[in-house]
Amino acid sequence: MSPINLSRRGVLKGAGVLMLGVHLPGVVAHSAAAGGNSIVINAWLKISTDTTTVLVASSELGQGVFTALPMLVAEELGVDWKNIRVEMAPYDPVYANPLLGAMRTGGSTSVRAFFLPLRRAGAAARLMMLVGASRIWRVPIEQLVAEDGIVTHAASDRRASYGALAQLASRQKVPADPPLRERNRWTVIGKSLPRLDIPAKVKGDAVFGIDIRLPGQTYAAIRHCPVFGGSLSKLDESALKPRGGAYPTGIIAVVSLKDAVAVVADSWWQARSALGKLVITWKEGVNANITSNSFDSVLGRDLDSKDPKAIAVNRGDVDLALKGAYKIVESVYRQPFLAHATLEPMNCTANVTPNSCELWVPTQDQSAYCKILPDLLGLGPDQIKINTSFVGGSFGRRLESDFGVEAALLSKAVGRPVQLIWSREEDMRHDFYRPASLTRAMVGLDSSGYPVGWIYRIAAPSVLARVSPDSVRGGLDAGAVAGISDQPYGFSAVRVEYVRSQTGIPVGFWRSNGHAPNAFAMESLIDEAAFALSRDPCRFRRALLTKSPRALAVLNKAAELAGWDEPLAEVLEARRGRGIAFHEAFGSAVAEVVEVTVFADGRLKLDRVVGVIDCGTTVNPDIVAAQLEGAILFGLSAALTGRITVDNGRVVQGNFNDYPLLTLAEAPRLVVHVMASDGPPGGVSEAGVPPIAPALTNAIFTATGRRLRALPIAGQDIRSL
Amino acid sequence: MVELSVNDRTVKVDVAPDTPLLWLLRDHLGLTGTKFGCGSGLCGACSVLINGAVARACSVPCSTLDGAKVTTIEGLIAAPDSVVTGVTEAWIAEQVPQCGYCTPGMVVSAVALLRKMPHPAEPAIAEAMTNLCRCGTYDRVRKAISRAAVSS
Repeated sequence: MSPINLSRRGVLKGAGVLMLGVHLPGVVAHSAAAGGNSIVINAWLKISTDTTTVLVASSELGQGVFTALPMLVAEELGVDWKNIRVEMAPYDPVYANPLLGAMRTGGSTSVRAFFLPLRRAGAAARLMMLVGASRIWRVPIEQLVAEDGIVTHAASDRRASYGALAQLASRQKVPADPPLRERNRWTVIGKSLPRLDIPAKVKGDAVFGIDIRLPGQTYAAIRHCPVFGGSLSKLDESALKPRGGAYPTGIIAVVSLKDAVAVVADSWWQARSALGKLVITWKEGVNANITSNSFDSVLGRDLDSKDPKAIAVNRGDVDLALKGAYKIVESVYRQPFLAHATLEPMNCTANVTPNSCELWVPTQDQSAYCKILPDLLGLGPDQIKINTSFVGGSFGRRLESDFGVEAALLSKAVGRPVQLIWSREEDMRHDFYRPASLTRAMVGLDSSGYPVGWIYRIAAPSVLARVSPDSVRGGLDAGAVAGISDQPYGFSAVRVEYVRSQTGIPVGFWRSNGHAPNAFAMESLIDEAAFALSRDPCRFRRALLTKSPRALAVLNKAAELAGWDEPLAEVLEARRGRGIAFHEAFGSAVAEVVEVTVFADGRLKLDRVVGVIDCGTTVNPDIVAAQLEGAILFGLSAALTGRITVDNGRVVQGNFNDYPLLTLAEAPRLVVHVMASDGPPGGVSEAGVPPIAPALTNAIFTATGRRLRALPIAGQDIRSL
Repeated sequence: MVELSVNDRTVKVDVAPDTPLLWLLRDHLGLTGTKFGCGSGLCGACSVLINGAVARACSVPCSTLDGAKVTTIEGLIAAPDSVVTGVTEAWIAEQVPQCGYCTPGMVVSAVALLRKMPHPAEPAIAEAMTNLCRCGTYDRVRKAISRAAVSS
């Protein structure tokens, strides 16, 4: 049987057409025939003679979806993992993440969203193989076995590979509700299979956004108005065209955008060099005078305002509870704006013609482009094609489409494919920053040390007010107060208040969003409460978590792995300390223990971090472990040195010299543990970030007696008291 | 006009003298394994070997490279010695990369280190591996280098 040819376009078209009337993606047969040489079984699967290709609808940002998601299909399909290939799905509504309602990668949802749809897709395909074989062999389906990519009829000693059966299978009716394997029969889910993307990444073959090469491609460098909200006023190109004539060789065009100027050239360095010769005057606008001091005072004023804009949670009579408290512990915590600083700077390659627009882009949000570009370019939705490259770090930054839209506008302007690459400085100074915040947190304790009432007030700019204004009701940004009142501590009386601060700084989603700042305030406060009562901070938390066996198990495991009750070895001329913190987010529970040495001169050394996660059912434990390791270091980098400041309306930091990232020399040794669980899958990539900053500052407190209530740590005196 | 050797091939190029080696490799020679991260020699994503020593291609102007021998990640992979094989196998065995953007530069730096010092202790690893990894894979990088050191 010769396979039908199918091009990528054909695959997409087939999947899209056939999805009509089907609610969940992944259960479609009958493929449209076109070029190529594998059979499309459904939107998620293509089978050729010897390989099975799984289409993945989440961008590979480093979090391992190119392996974890194919594992779900492979489990149910019954194929040899060696023969699995992975391909990024093109943009199509059929590939929408069911939890996000769009083709988008975020919120640590990929495994949670696709856990059932992809298993169903695999199970449906396997059943269709069996039905196909039973028809041609005229034997009852019950006598057939499908395993390792082969259907076998033992009685007649007949065998056929999935590749050979694929075409026939694709013509079978799609089973509406194919049976899924019982957990105790899983052979793929739960295994630490090596990631499929790693060999190419090690060899330098993996194609990131900036590696796209198209025939006739040009390169663009860009400079934005240094002040947020400003615009282009005047552009003087005379230095680039000395005698008023043509551009020098290699320079194709200078393009003015509303708030930026770009040079398009034969190579990026030519574009960048030419950009430096332009004399640009900006209309700086209302934000021209803002400084970090000015928004510090805005946050301070908002925190103290008598009339909070929004009450997020008001449970029990918190005022009464605090009035009767034996002890009240209260603190204010200050946290800075943070940049994403992905290692691959923002970039996009666009090819816009009068009747089409195709992007090659490292993005977390394919759907956004399909919403924005048709109107912007005067094209129909069908004329937009989005290809997703490997993504060199994301952390929420690439949920934004600013850079991709710019690339499309540039390509339209010059009528050629354009690869726009932002310089590191543009990337650092034109981010959508993690909001700065000021939090006042208060806990009332009874005489036995039990918390009887909690009050939190957070003043911070709102991310949701910009990206999803409809979701902000009564002035409440639910993301800004995430992870406070729903922690498994005893919260019989709690009030959470939010004040939206206006600072003029664009803010956006940043790995774990509101959870990180809220966990810092909360887990610092709990530590302060423990010490106020002269209690061990681990045992104190343990006492509060007795009603949540899962949280307690995670905390206990971290304490056990850290040897919490064993004293740390002493170091000359230095103090050592351990700190612990716990946080639940994205459906997962995480505890982390940090061990530090603080030298007499105030130098800090991170010795070791223990991290434990319960993320329910685990698809690939080693990927979970790697994500926890990464989240720990990502959070440490922010806690130690992360801070974006503004002067004269301009972001001060520009590169890794003044926005330093954690280095290998500074990185602690890591011990991570993934709890075995048969609970529903939880989110992973972000869940490890929130506890790390408070675990670190709690450790510094233990070592030195200094309670750090502001981040970052850099610049603060941490010499032992 | 600059004449240099890139991955054992002689290359003659006519680019502005201040053009950094990084952009010569990426935009003129089509060698995209060497990455752009910071443009200021701070992150190491563009690490290559120049005359056997590790260098940051974003900060080396082509005008200084007449007669130089440049090896990129592509060159290492195309003609691997036992150190290169040891490093790439160790990177896979330890499942080091996440986003993978820093990886080619990390591999080049690790190869340079192990060629110079076949069994580096932790302080030597920390001193040599100054490449930035935003995903936080450093603990695995250390393990991979130790593994490669043992295997070679």
